[in-house]
Amino acid sequence: MNDWYRNFANSGVGTTITRQLGLPRPAVLRRYEPGQPLLPGPAVVGSAAAGRLADRLTALLQDAGVPVQSLGTADGPEDGERPAAVLLDATGLTGPADLAGVHAFLAPAVKRLRPSGRVLVLADPPAEAATPAQAAARQALDGLVRSVAKELRGGSTANLVLVPAGAEEALAAPVRFFLSGRSAYVDGQQVTVSAPVAPAVQDEERPLTGKVAVVTGAARGIGAAIARVLARDGAHVVAVDVPAAGQALAGIANEVGGAALQLDITAADAASRLVEHLRERRYAGVGPGVDIVVHNAGITRDKLLVNMDADRWNTVMTVNLQAQLDLTQALLDADGLLRPAARVVCVSSQSGIAGNRGQTNYAASKAGVIGMVRAWAPEFAGRGATINAVAPGFIVTEMTASMPVGTREVGARLNSLQQGGLPVDVAETIAWLAQPASGGVNGQVVRVCGQSLLGA
Amino acid sequence: MAAPTRKAAIVGGNRIPFARSNSRYARASNQDMLTATLDGLVARFGLQDERLGEVAAGAVLKHARDFNLTRESVLGSRLAASTPAYDVQQACGTGLEAAILVANKIALGQLESGIAGGVDTTSDAPMAINEDMRRVLLAVNSAKTVQQRLKALAGIRPGQLLPEVPRNAEPRTGLSMGEHAAITAAEWEIGREEQDELAVASHRNLAAAYDRGFFDDLVTPYLGLARDQNLRPDSSPEKLATLQPVFGKGEGATMTAGNSTPLTDGASAVLLGSDEWAAAKGLPVLAHLVDAQTAAVDYVHGGEGLLMAPVHAVPVLLARNGLTLQDFDFYEVHEAFASTVLATLKAWEDPAYCKDTLGLDTPLGAIDRSKLNVNGSSLAAGHPFAATGGRIVATLAKLLHEAGPGKRGLISICAAGGQGVVAILES
Repeated sequence: MNDWYRNFANSGVGTTITRQLGLPRPAVLRRYEPGQPLLPGPAVVGSAAAGRLADRLTALLQDAGVPVQSLGTADGPEDGERPAAVLLDATGLTGPADLAGVHAFLAPAVKRLRPSGRVLVLADPPAEAATPAQAAARQALDGLVRSVAKELRGGSTANLVLVPAGAEEALAAPVRFFLSGRSAYVDGQQVTVSAPVAPAVQDEERPLTGKVAVVTGAARGIGAAIARVLARDGAHVVAVDVPAAGQALAGIANEVGGAALQLDITAADAASRLVEHLRERRYAGVGPGVDIVVHNAGITRDKLLVNMDADRWNTVMTVNLQAQLDLTQALLDADGLLRPAARVVCVSSQSGIAGNRGQTNYAASKAGVIGMVRAWAPEFAGRGATINAVAPGFIVTEMTASMPVGTREVGARLNSLQQGGLPVDVAETIAWLAQPASGGVNGQVVRVCGQSLLGA
Repeated sequence: MAAPTRKAAIVGGNRIPFARSNSRYARASNQDMLTATLDGLVARFGLQDERLGEVAAGAVLKHARDFNLTRESVLGSRLAASTPAYDVQQACGTGLEAAILVANKIALGQLESGIAGGVDTTSDAPMAINEDMRRVLLAVNSAKTVQQRLKALAGIRPGQLLPEVPRNAEPRTGLSMGEHAAITAAEWEIGREEQDELAVASHRNLAAAYDRGFFDDLVTPYLGLARDQNLRPDSSPEKLATLQPVFGKGEGATMTAGNSTPLTDGASAVLLGSDEWAAAKGLPVLAHLVDAQTAAVDYVHGGEGLLMAPVHAVPVLLARNGLTLQDFDFYEVHEAFASTVLATLKAWEDPAYCKDTLGLDTPLGAIDRSKLNVNGSSLAAGHPFAATGGRIVATLAKLLHEAGPGKRGLISICAAGGQGVVAILES
């Protein structure tokens, strides 16, 4: 699962060859490690118009120990330390003319950005604009950020956070995520925050301390990475997988100091058995209940639509979609079992957004997950909880390792970061959505795809 | 004055699927299997780095190097290295005896928690060097001069190169366990058809239990095996009727490979604790071990069947607890052979035998057969000797838990050497 091409392109002779031939030169991404500072260098904060967030951003960065180069104008000190992040407060735009300020700030600031740098733009949601001109200006940022993300090299990313009026309290968790190494493979994305019902403070080193997390499909691949990252962040993990995967599942549970639950989530009584298990056990030393549910279990049964039998269709739909619906509903119905500030994260897929040849069943199920998450979000908000989806793109796993080399290498490069993501990248995004401080991120679909060209 | 006692709680269990001899686990040692089984139990109940009161387990077929088998397995597991452990061996009663030992210590307040287990491999079985060769080599080893050493070595003969392979035979009679069981089957006039029916029921019950997910929290797959390898869900009396008898002689021989347990590899473990310990750990209590009894019979000179000791142990246990044989919701009678189960039940129903041999005024009577081995037993699952007790204890505890509070189950396990171990569990 080693990215040999990335390693080659970053070697001495590889650098020369790939430069000469104009080949893609994928960077080694900055990924999160415990104890790491939020950013490896200073951040530049600026405003495009009369924004309302710049001061808040500056305070947030200073709290996190990040030196802030508050330029105010676009002219930065040429001799200063190169920034590791560029943050633009683009709230307060009234019309397209204000976009000139966006350009004036970003152009020189981004030019000086370090490798694995971050460009983060914060803006008002277009849907809440007062005039068509204002909506146009706000929407323009979407095109801008996506294009900046495609222009950036060296493992840098650009993302957009939409902040409706009144949702400013929700900013900290998304800003921290997008600046940190946790978002290494999240690029060209847009997240809309909302006012969190119950704002929470958290230990940034172990934000999930004392939380009980159920992870389905945890025996291997992305699920195992999710279990590891949640446990690293302090959660007590209940690792769920089919009984046949029990040996690997026990290995993961023992590795992360959690518990193994062998359960076929498609069994008729699966939901009631999960509920009963969570009632019977009192994990993490507190009463029965669960704080985090990650619906990760999924399967593929690829065939062209015209050749697909009912069995392939139904199996995929049952595992990937119906089981997520049934288990979530059962937990909602089980009085008090899903704790008030619960976090449910559903694994969707790039295929559910872009479609994929031979995957009508899989893409339908994964698109269905997105519909489910959006529909459930208001009810979750009502109980102080959240439900979100992550949509992985090309993630390097045992499954992709068995693909033909050509297909695999091309698939891995079809994104702005020119490389496949790792299971840990998906896991980091899920762990962020699971944080107590992420209460203002609800009903969102976060793609972990390095800004894939597919479905972008 | 007796100290006040409490009943040990059975929290849960784990086992690896049982494999047929020289098959899937052919390269796995007892220590490999027991360690994997402990790790599966640790994973199920989140016991990583936990210091338990003790782990008691054993194996019947054991290498000399495995003198500290259980302790070595604990050291290789995710349990805290400070968890004490010791080996137990009571033939096929090993697993249940280990559970009784741990439960009794918990009852006395000497332990708050413990694991009882057992493991056996008939594939990776110990082979000893020939007894004559062993004596020669001992002499060589103790020789002080070259001359003495050469003299000792000169004692080696080609015949001594043959190793000693463990045999499934009673040392005092030279008869295999199957041959002993065949004698009992003939004495009690146990028919071929009823034996085959019992075997079929075992396979069907075990398959149904797997299908409904009953074993999802009792079994952890191992080396690619997810269900007991011996299990044949499509077993039928017609198919079994075609098999030739392998034990007993002549026309009256009824015992076949189909209604006898095959040689098997596997391991099991049961987690026990005090109610307080389970509550503090946030773990469930499936059932309690109420009481237990062992017995032994003189099968060499006394005229009793080798595997009839549980028949003697049960009435003692019932009397002590003020119960009748009918006061149970489930019966787990280890299926060493179908004929053993049937002879056991028949003996308890026989007024003359109960009076003359067991000294009872009235026979124990018949049991409701629909409560017998309801999720299958050794005929279908297989019987890795020391692992059977743990399999049965965990299975019965879960059955009782499912049935609700106040349910009662009886375990009866026969063992080589004319021994028997029986116990009562209650939810």
